[in-house]
Amino acid sequence: MYAQMIKSEATKDDPEKLVAFQARIDADEKIEPKDWMPEGYRKTLIRQIGQHAHSEIVGQLPEGNWITRAPTLERKAILLAKVQDEAGHGLYLYCAAETLGVSRDELTEMLLDGRMKYSSIFNYPTLNWADIGAVGWLVDGAAIMNQVPLQRTSFGPYSRAMIRICKEESFHQRQGYDAIRKMAEGTPEQKKMAQDALNRFWYPSLMMFGPSDKDSVHSEQSMAWKIKINTNDELRQKFVDQTVPQAEYLGLTIPDPDLKWNEESGHYDFSEPDWSEFFDVIKGNGPCNVDRLAARNKAWDDGKWVRDGLLAHAQKRKAAKVAAE
Amino acid sequence: MSSPNAAYPDTPQTEDKPPKRHEWPLWEVFIRGQHGLSHRHVGSLHAPDAEMAIKNARDVYTRRNEGVSIWVVEANDITASSPSDKGPLYEPSESKVYRHPTFFDIPDEVGAM
Repeated sequence: MYAQMIKSEATKDDPEKLVAFQARIDADEKIEPKDWMPEGYRKTLIRQIGQHAHSEIVGQLPEGNWITRAPTLERKAILLAKVQDEAGHGLYLYCAAETLGVSRDELTEMLLDGRMKYSSIFNYPTLNWADIGAVGWLVDGAAIMNQVPLQRTSFGPYSRAMIRICKEESFHQRQGYDAIRKMAEGTPEQKKMAQDALNRFWYPSLMMFGPSDKDSVHSEQSMAWKIKINTNDELRQKFVDQTVPQAEYLGLTIPDPDLKWNEESGHYDFSEPDWSEFFDVIKGNGPCNVDRLAARNKAWDDGKWVRDGLLAHAQKRKAAKVAAE
Repeated sequence: MSSPNAAYPDTPQTEDKPPKRHEWPLWEVFIRGQHGLSHRHVGSLHAPDAEMAIKNARDVYTRRNEGVSIWVVEANDITASSPSDKGPLYEPSESKVYRHPTFFDIPDEVGAM
């Protein structure tokens, strides 16, 4: 659903080429796969786009958890369509990453053996149906906040993938808000479930924007290369400003006693998430890290004979076609 | 088996690795929209063969009425122009301004032409 904690790399590139490259970036030219690019730019992008793609794939698990248990047929159909979109988003992003010279299978293997990460948010469990609404509203909401500026990111294939994804992502956010609204306006039990979901997903959603700017030592290079357009804190602030009125409309309370409107700055003041929890989740110690990776590994391993079978069949048919000509 | 980044032969692999494992080849997808005049490149996907590539392209790229006709072509079969050829390839269009109708002055008296 989105990428975080990306470190850009130091490079040993030809200084003349670097200057020319930076000039193209500064002129807002898009960088295309066949253009020269610094090794650090390539590696940072492979990591960011790859991690973004992995997030889409792993993100299907928490929501998929409720497909068979969705409360109405309509909600179930909507959830299925959404999870199907996430698969598509993963696909667009893997293809964008592949233009940088890495294969999808390589990326997949790096995810499966823990060499690459995915968004911290998907390591939280979905404990009741309201969580599905909260994920759409807050998690996809945070994702959009992050992805809209990425439509202008300097690498052409990534920027084009984001344009496609943003269109579909706004369907996800709306359906999530709609689902949670139904519950907030429903019985007292339903409203309680909605509030509980908001309580659990609020801070993890804030963490999706990555660590605070003062601790994000590598974002400077990413900003100079226009891989990143806004800082983590800028986007987080925007998200809070947008989301608070949405919660108020539902009659739900943001689980932050220090949240208040700041007349002077024109923004909401809010408490930072617990960053030690964030770093712990990133390191693999969140509530669902082990389950998520185990599920992906099982699907990959158990599906091997199907992938091999399809390939063998395709080759056999190709050979038969050549023989017939 | 095709290498996955065949459409981008100038792009080096990230790591030097032994020959590729058994991976499904990459297909580029072109779609003609409902009222579109021509097929447009919309993205790419992996599939074992052309039929599966079409089916997957249908599912991924036409879920919201994006098109009525799909072409898929293996990325391996595409040859792309190179950025270093930019000058020699496209320079002639800049130096031959007389190819454009606006180059020619037509007297007002003659009317629209």
